[in-house]
Amino acid sequence: MGVTEIKERQFNEIDKKALEQIDLLIKNSGMPIMRDLKTNNLLWVDVRELTQRFMIPIGRIYKFFDQLSKGKIIGTKCPKCGSIYFPPQDDCTKCKVSGLDVIELSGEGELLTYTIITVKPVSFMHYQDYIVGIARLKEGINILAWVNEKPEDVKVGMKVKVNITKREPEGYFTYELRKIQ
Amino acid sequence: MVDVAIVGTGHSKFGNRTDVNLQELAWEAVKQALEESNLDQKDIDMFVVGNAGGWSSESLSAIVIGEYCNLAPKGTMRVEAACATGSAALRIAYQAIKAGDAKIAMVIGAEQMHQSPNLVAVEMMGRAGNYFWEFENFGLTFPGYYALYATRRMAKFGMKEEDLGEIAIKNHYYGSFNPYAMFQKQIKMDEYMKSRVVAYPLKVYDACPITDGAAAVILASEEVAKKITDSPVWVASQGFKSGTANLSKRDDFISIDAARLATEEAYKKAKIDFENSWRYFDVAEVHDCFTIAEIMAYEDLGFAKRGEGHLLAREEQTYIGGKIPVNVDGGLKAKGHPIGATGVSMAVSIARQLLYRAHKGTQVEVKNGMGITHNVGGTGHYAYVTIFSLKKPSA
Ligand SMILES: [Zn+2]
Repeated sequence: MGVTEIKERQFNEIDKKALEQIDLLIKNSGMPIMRDLKTNNLLWVDVRELTQRFMIPIGRIYKFFDQLSKGKIIGTKCPKCGSIYFPPQDDCTKCKVSGLDVIELSGEGELLTYTIITVKPVSFMHYQDYIVGIARLKEGINILAWVNEKPEDVKVGMKVKVNITKREPEGYFTYELRKIQ
Repeated sequence: MVDVAIVGTGHSKFGNRTDVNLQELAWEAVKQALEESNLDQKDIDMFVVGNAGGWSSESLSAIVIGEYCNLAPKGTMRVEAACATGSAALRIAYQAIKAGDAKIAMVIGAEQMHQSPNLVAVEMMGRAGNYFWEFENFGLTFPGYYALYATRRMAKFGMKEEDLGEIAIKNHYYGSFNPYAMFQKQIKMDEYMKSRVVAYPLKVYDACPITDGAAAVILASEEVAKKITDSPVWVASQGFKSGTANLSKRDDFISIDAARLATEEAYKKAKIDFENSWRYFDVAEVHDCFTIAEIMAYEDLGFAKRGEGHLLAREEQTYIGGKIPVNVDGGLKAKGHPIGATGVSMAVSIARQLLYRAHKGTQVEVKNGMGITHNVGGTGHYAYVTIFSLKKPSA
């Protein structure tokens, strides 16, 4: 299933309902005006919808995505002060140096904390409840990702590893945390 | 340096305010503040609007509000510091007066979150972390960010869900006496424990609601303050700091670093000893967008030792009559959290407490003549700590 199909299945239904409601309101009173269900207050229902999809420049750190699609997780390292950056960045803003080195991360660490998201944002409605955790890797940096384990198997302090995976149903490469048995 | 005082306060009813639009809502607070200080719009040199924005239809909120409230053509700007927006707006006005650029300045905090549907609200707040690395792929929600702190503290300090519940119960208790509060119903521990989980371990009753509301304060230089009122409430000091957008870039998940640093700055300026800070204040307003946030605030303000904030709650030491009364207006939890208005609302609450004008059932005993507000933006992205006093700071 691609992004288009997901969008159609999940969100068009919400959009369609909203639009139908506006049509109905205008048909009934000649105005897009409704009453709030709880308070009976009068509300104008905006007829100009705003949807936005951002175009985020990633050229400076493209090597991260390139490596991710090859099954590797990388950070960047400043050749001058040795700082390791994750999420990766191409500028060491401490030393004011650019074009940092790429380092492959061990991907092994310990789970610092986690939560289980049960009330999801609209754009995540098509997923099951998910666990978000933060792990501290051996390199001393933290990584935030989904913990793909059963909730009862997840504990603060447990050993975890970063695993490269495809995010389904969209099918793009991302990373997750898994328990080390 | 010029001292700065609050000479007028205004506060709208917080809640699901679908009976008014954003500018009409702001006017309720502005009108009250003008009447209270006996000032007219022409007396105001400048006005600052705290409005986080994105929730309501008008994008240039300061202008829409200024036009409606008859404050134009006085100079203005919209200020944003996420949930600490109101305190940031107060800072701008405070600094303008300190710098001699204005003698009387109005701070207006307003937010109408109900203009956006609930589903969109969850999405918008989630996007307020680091968008690309934490939301785009991992869908963290706002309760989710704070839940990460709660999980860590439960594992590390033996804090229990019931300890969080104590905060919710206290704040709903005081909310029930505040006619401006969104929720005026008291709750019990079993209701708290049974409420739906939104982001484990946080439940519906751990979270503040989505709220519409406005608050206003009028600040004046010492020179004119004395002519306007015989009961000025002075801004004694303010500390402000910032944190990381990426939660993963933080060290440990037990304290809001930015809030602790802002506290140290404010205490240093006001010559307050961190270890004994609670002895200086009669009342505190802290940022309880989630119950866990209030517990961390106790520690970040020095009211409790690190890792012991939940014990202060367990012992009910933050009720009136306890060690230090906290959020006795209901807090964000029961009063509501209209993002841009919150920091201003906190200032209004403290000023009215110090002047013995708090609502029945919520008035503390004023012994030291000092109160404090702790206002965190995002999940520790911004932090503003402000100290208010009946005594002139330079005196
Ligand atoms: Zn460097």
